[in-house]
Amino acid sequence: MHENRIRRRKTPRQIFAAPIFIALLSLVGLLAALLGNGVFDWVSWVGLAVPVLMVGWAMKARRR
Amino acid sequence: MQQSTLRAWSAVHKWTSLICTAFILMLCLTGLPLIFHDEIDAALDDSEWQPANPDGPLLSLDRMLDAALANRPDHVPLFMSFDTDRPVVNVTSGPTPDASDGEMHFASFDRTSGELVPGHHEGGVMDFILRLHTDMFLGLPGMLFLGAMGFLLFIAIVSGVVLYAPFMRKLDFGTLRTERSKRLKWLDYHNLLGVVTVAWLTVVGLTGVVNTLSTPIVDTWRTQALADLTEGYRDAPVPTPAEMASLDRAVAQAEAAAPDMTLQFVAFPGGGWSTDHHFAIFLHGNTSLTEHIITPALVDARSGEFADMREMPWYNKTLSLSGPLHFGDYGGLPLKILWAVLDVITIVVLITGLYLWVARRRANPATARDGVPIPTQTAGSKP
Repeated sequence: MHENRIRRRKTPRQIFAAPIFIALLSLVGLLAALLGNGVFDWVSWVGLAVPVLMVGWAMKARRR
Repeated sequence: MQQSTLRAWSAVHKWTSLICTAFILMLCLTGLPLIFHDEIDAALDDSEWQPANPDGPLLSLDRMLDAALANRPDHVPLFMSFDTDRPVVNVTSGPTPDASDGEMHFASFDRTSGELVPGHHEGGVMDFILRLHTDMFLGLPGMLFLGAMGFLLFIAIVSGVVLYAPFMRKLDFGTLRTERSKRLKWLDYHNLLGVVTVAWLTVVGLTGVVNTLSTPIVDTWRTQALADLTEGYRDAPVPTPAEMASLDRAVAQAEAAAPDMTLQFVAFPGGGWSTDHHFAIFLHGNTSLTEHIITPALVDARSGEFADMREMPWYNKTLSLSGPLHFGDYGGLPLKILWAVLDVITIVVLITGLYLWVARRRANPATARDGVPIPTQTAGSKP
């Protein structure tokens, strides 16, 4: 807990920056494949891979 | 945000989640194989079917309809659809024009010979999973009930996002405290997995809710948007197959009216997708977006006279686009795999949520009536 107490309280902007970024990329991914094929499909795969990759990243880098 | 406001949100999160979790869990589990139903159906279908006359001419639609009715003499036609990768026509028939789903019969016919195509296993395991997922074998009430559960899921997501803030006040994004207690570990996983899937699960959840409304949506379209077309008919009965005009001529007129569109399916008179007196010939666009949007041409089923071609209203278009956005079948196999991974993540969010509720009840039965415990502003992030 000491570690947490020393740290300053985060603002809502700091708390939600990463989640909003991930949500926007997910939405771009959800829509891209609906709007076209080829490059649009790739945008879609990358966009929706972001939430999955973030989980993998947190399990490696943010485990305490 | 005030502590009391947060407490209200936590009660909302707890109750909406508790009510819908069992059903959403069932939907996630049955949805998982359904994502890959095309691949599974292809793998299960061991018959190496070939058309009887691969290079021969295609038989007329009227001939195909005759073949389907000869196969089911006591039935009337309800729908006709067309395979895109082989010369096969699918006919759905039923004992009456307003037959229920359970009474309908689906059969495929070779368009080069008129013969029955084997291979559709009605009542197979995938059909069972699909029924469970759509309406739990309860018909329209089951569908609407699952729609209500989907709406509760949406509220659970929104309240979960609100509660995310107090939990993360002193933690960096993605923090997973895995070594302190089991509860803390699953709390952090619940928050991380929940927050990264917010956009995807909201879209899949809400499009699922729209899909559960398909019956009222199509009924509204038929009774409102097509009402003027049936004004001159008074109470004339639905034409029998013998009274119907040529289907080929009707389809040709529809295709002539929309030369840049592709035929998707025909709805016969008296069913849910047409009036009592018209063939509704549905065509779709040819771009990535418009291929999901269907537009019907209506042709008088007795006289064969072209009545109108009219764009679907916004609520039908919403329903059309809700299909792919719910099924995840619009971006190739990689998209389906991502859909499956996100589905599994959702299952973990549901189970960890349930675990956190049970663990708290066990630890402190006295406060178990309250909502999700919220870290206070001053103390540490002790849950």
